[in-house]
Amino acid sequence: MNITKNTEAERMNFWEKIYIPEIARGLGLTLNQVFKPKFTRQYPEEVWEPEGSYRGRPVLVKEETGERCVACGLCSRVCPALAIEVQASETEKDKERYPVKFEINMLRCIFCGFCEEVCPEEAIVMSKDYHLVFQSQEEAILSKDKLEVPIAKLQDRLEFLRQYR
Amino acid sequence: MPGIVLDGQKIEAAAGKTVIEAAYENGFQITHFCWHPELSVSGNCRMCLVEIGMPKRMPDGSIQNDNEGNPVISYFPKLQIACATTIAEGMHINTKKENVVKAQDAVMEFLLINHPLDCPICDEAGQCKLQEYGYKHSAGESRFEEEKVHAPKRQSWGPTVVFDAERCIKCSRCIRFAQEVAKQDVLTFVNRSDHVTIELFDEKQFDNDYSMNVIDICPVGALTSKDFRFKARVWDMSFNDSICPGCARGCNIKLGVRNNEILRIEPRTNPYVNKYWMCDYGRLTQYKFVNENRVTEPMIRWKNELIPCSWDEAYAKAEESLKKLKPEEIMFIGSGRTANEGNYLLGKFAREIFKSGNIGLFRDIDESFKDDLLKVSDKKPNHLGAVEVGIVPGKDGVTVQNLPEKMRYKNIKALYIITDQIVDYRPIIDELDDLELIIVHAYNHTPLTKKADIVFAASTYAEIEGTYVNIDKRVQHLSPALVTSENMRFMGMKMSRLDKFGAPNDRWTQHKLRNTLPHWKILTKLAEQFNVKWNYKSAKDVFKEITEKIPSFAGMSYEKLIEYQGLTLGKAGQPDPKVINYESHVMKPN
Ligand code: SF4
Ligand code: SF4
Ligand code: SF4
Ligand code: SF4
Ligand code: FES
Repeated sequence: MNITKNTEAERMNFWEKIYIPEIARGLGLTLNQVFKPKFTRQYPEEVWEPEGSYRGRPVLVKEETGERCVACGLCSRVCPALAIEVQASETEKDKERYPVKFEINMLRCIFCGFCEEVCPEEAIVMSKDYHLVFQSQEEAILSKDKLEVPIAKLQDRLEFLRQYR
Repeated sequence: MPGIVLDGQKIEAAAGKTVIEAAYENGFQITHFCWHPELSVSGNCRMCLVEIGMPKRMPDGSIQNDNEGNPVISYFPKLQIACATTIAEGMHINTKKENVVKAQDAVMEFLLINHPLDCPICDEAGQCKLQEYGYKHSAGESRFEEEKVHAPKRQSWGPTVVFDAERCIKCSRCIRFAQEVAKQDVLTFVNRSDHVTIELFDEKQFDNDYSMNVIDICPVGALTSKDFRFKARVWDMSFNDSICPGCARGCNIKLGVRNNEILRIEPRTNPYVNKYWMCDYGRLTQYKFVNENRVTEPMIRWKNELIPCSWDEAYAKAEESLKKLKPEEIMFIGSGRTANEGNYLLGKFAREIFKSGNIGLFRDIDESFKDDLLKVSDKKPNHLGAVEVGIVPGKDGVTVQNLPEKMRYKNIKALYIITDQIVDYRPIIDELDDLELIIVHAYNHTPLTKKADIVFAASTYAEIEGTYVNIDKRVQHLSPALVTSENMRFMGMKMSRLDKFGAPNDRWTQHKLRNTLPHWKILTKLAEQFNVKWNYKSAKDVFKEITEKIPSFAGMSYEKLIEYQGLTLGKAGQPDPKVINYESHVMKPN
């Protein structure tokens, strides 16, 4: 039988086998990088502001007169992750209905943006918010007061939707 | 029977039928809004326009054929409405030709001109004929650039119905229903052209006992239910078939469920029982006791208080307490609210284990409830069934008539009762306190459960599979719509969307499943406690034994009851002929 060996030990030459020069070479590479320009960011002290096209956590648009949402439940229906629960109720306003309960389970949400796409009222949009930290499962279920964001803060996204949707 | 040719296919229908009826009976669908099989024809929506022609005849009366031997058809110059044209021998009808579809498209375009298209806030969305036909017959955009005609959107018609004048397509189904079925002729069209709307006569309300059926038959979302408005979207609910327990008519119904709560009840077509209707009483009352105030686990009395316990503890306690008494001191009371399976086993339990004939049944007759459409005076959905499966006193047994007296003289010291409505036990209410033992199968916390010593948590009609026998001796099948910890696996895909896929960390599933059991299962387990082994794995097994032991049920099975929408006692071999059931919402354009 003709057995050929090709182990790591056979492939390395003498200098490689004694390691020390290789370690020095590696340290040299690291040292070299220290003087090059930096790309990293000091998160969370230094926060990145995404563009309007960014899909952060979905939020509800709040106008001066109240929420836009009419509790039609389409976002809840289309959500592939079943993250949204909406309960409608009747209001005296012209739009007839509003959500008494609107909850998004951020442990379920996959940031697909389908809810934004389906909404007939442009009432739910993807925000720029990506700092999502929760200490319990309960806390990750965001209720209406945590979801509502004044329309002024969502201008970038609304503008993006106007242009590209 | 005249033979006609519909879209090239030869079909037959009884003389005098209209084209739309003939088509429907043969499994064809013709688009329509205003036609309804139980209402008169009004022919005003024009959605059912079709091309109709007759074979050309030679001067001698024979039919003229073309070169290939097919009859030459001369079509009416204008399209005809299928709902108001009676069929005739040899008639040719085209429903899919280009000119026909074009006409139907045009009708849709007209209907949509002033329609608000507010589907997102409309309860009908998801089961709306206008939406469905919109997919097939409309271009997806409007050529109408002017301002739409606006109309009031929230007009109350009475205690139950809200009218949205913008959504109404003026089909007049509701008006005809009020005149012809509910016999409360208070609705009428007013104004002309695109300002037509419906008004009530002065100082009148639309408040008859069947008013809410207009919500079902309205092909759009113009009529909504005050009781239901906005509770849930149609697609979020599951709809399972059941029977209304409101009275002995036994109307066929569907239970709309979301998050394990019944949100609404709808009639289910059964031409032999309730046709397309149900009464408002049934619709409004027969779900609250299922949702609210439930006994969710078994309880036993401990120092004047009912405390929750495990099922095994409850069975053991029941055995112990019942064994302390002589069998003739115990009275077993069945229930006309309970399905046959539970009643049958109660009878069997009393006779086999206690050799007792003390088996009784209270009635609840309310003559003021009765009318000549559906409602009947017997308020129990299954009185006939309970009697039929053996809730009758044995020889020398105590009857409900002499029960109060027997209780007073301490001849009867214990009651074993299934179902909890204290109104059912009015004659014995004063005597209850003197009893040594009361065992109840209960749905709700009631004054009766307060007096009980052992309470078994029972599943309601909406949580069990079973059968009722209605006033016309029709045995009807009910299937579960709600989940309990017992029927979870059986329910499976029959649950609503959220119920099906909810996980323990979803807030909507966080109400605990009720730990209730069907009556037959409680009795089977209790029998086991008395060392009597009954081999029932499901309600079906119990019903199978009923069909074997009781001649009037012979030949029946759950499958047959479902297939024929009920079978009459003693006539399992001669079911009513099957007819195609028209369902307004379900009907999709083809
Ligand atoms: S972004 Fe996607 S997953 Fe998240 S809530 Fe919206 S639809 Fe659901
Ligand atoms: S789709 Fe829009 S309007 Fe409808 S419930 Fe969701 S957020 Fe509200
Ligand atoms: S309210 Fe409904 S049923 Fe009545 S006419 Fe209008 S569309 Fe037809
Ligand atoms: S008539 Fe009786 S069975 Fe029918 S819906 Fe009314 S109460 Fe229920
Ligand atoms: S269904 Fe024939 S005109 Fe309306």
